[in-house]
Amino acid sequence: MAIVVKRPKLKWWEQLYLPGIIKGLGITLRHFFKSVGGSGSVTMQYPEEKWNDHLPEHYRGAPALVTDEQDRERCVSCQLCEFICPPRAITIIPEEIPSDDQWAKVEKRPKKFEIDMIRCIYCGLCEEVCPEQAIYLRKDYSITGLTRGEMVHDKEKLYEIGGKRVGLVNKWNELK
Amino acid sequence: MSDEGKPAVEMVDIQIDGKWHKVPKGTRMIEACRQAGVEVPHYCYHPKLTSPGNCRMCLVEMGMPARPRPGEDPPQPDEDGHLPISWMPRPVIACANTVAPNMGIRTESDLTHACRQGVMELLLINHPLDCPICDQAGECSLQEFSVEHGNGGSRFREQKVKKPKNVDIGPRIRLDDERCIMCSRCIRFTDEIADDPVLGFTDRGSHTTLTVHPGQQLANNYSLNTVDICPVGALTSNDFRFQMRVWFLKETESLCTSCGRGCNVTIGSREDKVFRMTPRENNDVNSAWMCDQGRLNFHYLASDLRLTDPLIRVDGKHEAATWAEAIRVSSEALGRCQPNEIALIASGRMTNEELFMARRLASVMKTEFVDIVPRNGEADDYLVAADKNPNTTGAKLILGIDEPGKALEEIRKGIAQGRIKALVVLQENLIDDAGFTAEELGKLDFVLHTYPLANPTADAADVVLPGAAFSEKRGSMINVTGRLQRLNRATDGPGQTLETWEIVRDLIQALGGGNGIYLVEDVFKQLAAEVSEFEGLSLSKIGSLGIPLVETGETVPLLAREQERIAKGIIVG
Repeated sequence: MAIVVKRPKLKWWEQLYLPGIIKGLGITLRHFFKSVGGSGSVTMQYPEEKWNDHLPEHYRGAPALVTDEQDRERCVSCQLCEFICPPRAITIIPEEIPSDDQWAKVEKRPKKFEIDMIRCIYCGLCEEVCPEQAIYLRKDYSITGLTRGEMVHDKEKLYEIGGKRVGLVNKWNELK
Repeated sequence: MSDEGKPAVEMVDIQIDGKWHKVPKGTRMIEACRQAGVEVPHYCYHPKLTSPGNCRMCLVEMGMPARPRPGEDPPQPDEDGHLPISWMPRPVIACANTVAPNMGIRTESDLTHACRQGVMELLLINHPLDCPICDQAGECSLQEFSVEHGNGGSRFREQKVKKPKNVDIGPRIRLDDERCIMCSRCIRFTDEIADDPVLGFTDRGSHTTLTVHPGQQLANNYSLNTVDICPVGALTSNDFRFQMRVWFLKETESLCTSCGRGCNVTIGSREDKVFRMTPRENNDVNSAWMCDQGRLNFHYLASDLRLTDPLIRVDGKHEAATWAEAIRVSSEALGRCQPNEIALIASGRMTNEELFMARRLASVMKTEFVDIVPRNGEADDYLVAADKNPNTTGAKLILGIDEPGKALEEIRKGIAQGRIKALVVLQENLIDDAGFTAEELGKLDFVLHTYPLANPTADAADVVLPGAAFSEKRGSMINVTGRLQRLNRATDGPGQTLETWEIVRDLIQALGGGNGIYLVEDVFKQLAAEVSEFEGLSLSKIGSLGIPLVETGETVPLLAREQERIAKGIIVG
């Protein structure tokens, strides 16, 4: 069945369009004077002025690994993020935690954890899929480097960006 | 059950989920359902083991024709001859009960769904939620059935039972008791198949713990099969532990080449690295098992000793060269020799196609000195064969060798007397494996050697070529029982590695013109045309389970026992 779109019945002065054009010009003019006057300026003077304080709460920046309040690295290298990552930016090599380690009962941790930031598309699927609350997209957005190698974040760099995160589920720490 | 195996098995009509099927009398209900295309979830049941019926996951609703009360008329069959079914109020386990005429099975009723949900809830009460670090995740029956039949949430608010974790129960196996669901498959395997009953349950009740007998270890040569049959991650392999998540692995159907048995395996690889080999069921070769020794014999594939480039010796030092150059140097050196001045030593580790190309090379070089290196070891009473070459049968058939190793002595004598001036050594390490010495090889004018790894024979060779290892080639082999089976390529060899048939083809081409061979299928075609046993066959006709080709009179001890147990009705098989 064809869908009948109901069109508004325009009055004769509306059909002229002129009042509409004049109204639009008025709005443009108002904004022009506002920005010239300086009170309504919307231009951010990047890079002198940074986005940092203006980012929304849900902003998705560089993915990073976090430690918890007991400084335990939360990642157990289950490799789900590596699996879900659409551009295959993540590479993980797992290892067994030695038996004399404080967290030996967690058994597994990443030996190598690399995110290729040239590949990363900041989709946040790694954060969503993580069963250990170990990887989060932080607000770092300016990821630069002079070589491809510099653009690969290794484990150390990822923990540096990620830092400590408290208030997460502690299923290994028995702090519940 | 005792009717199984006899000719003209009586068929019975049974109803599965409302549809009537004909199955042989004595079939287990679970197998009847499988034949009808209905998978009944189960943990403890394994067709190769006895059925204790302890996991209760395969509960189904069952019914039989009602018996008439005294004085009542017997029920009348419908037009197809089926009697109306009277359903039992309680479910039965499908794994240990056999079908009966006019039996009805409901696998998708409210009762069976409720049973499965209940069993799942009880199994998960004490199961740790450590799937992120569990190697079984991704191929875990508990995960799969939890998704299909579980509750989604837990009503259990109490403390979970704590049990031993990360227990060392053997040199190759690690046990996590908290993950164990007490299906007892491993206990039954070690008892019934491996004849090494070291596992058992202690502290029966809510603290039931799988453990190894005090002072004993699960160390037999078949121990890693328990890891395969464990439906959860309670038993894990030390070798594969934490190496790679299973969902990343590409699975390639191939063969184990560590002995003449030719166990069917699945190679799990990712990005040209082999991570594990697991047995693949073939009831004419290896049942569902394989030995630990063969299973773990793949680490050399990623060894630092792998040859990656063709090497030519210049002034006593090996230098990397291109394939074209290496083949040119080799063909020139071999072309200078008179008939019977060259000896060809092939390998029982080569595929039929490679051996066929070796045969061609021998005829192009006009030499009678052709042999393989025999490898004899000890057989066991299960699967391991005494012949450690995977394709001795093929070599005998294709190269026409009656007694492997017999011509080697003659070749050594020929080298000592200076009659033999050049040696072509394909995929064999003569110095370590055939008792040749570096001095002997030094006497020769020219030695051509292909091998996957750097080795003493390569040191003594003039041209060293990187030949592919078993996971890097496609082809066929004939095992000790005369069964023709197929290898498939799981990974690419490192660097410029080529399969031996490709190397030999190029060599033949350089020595004496083209041969129209571009693919391994072409080699097989010519093999089928020249060797009568292969007539009418092609690589694809071999199929994933192989075909019997020649009669060797060898039997598999493990399969003989399995047949006996099937005949007795102890197992399904």
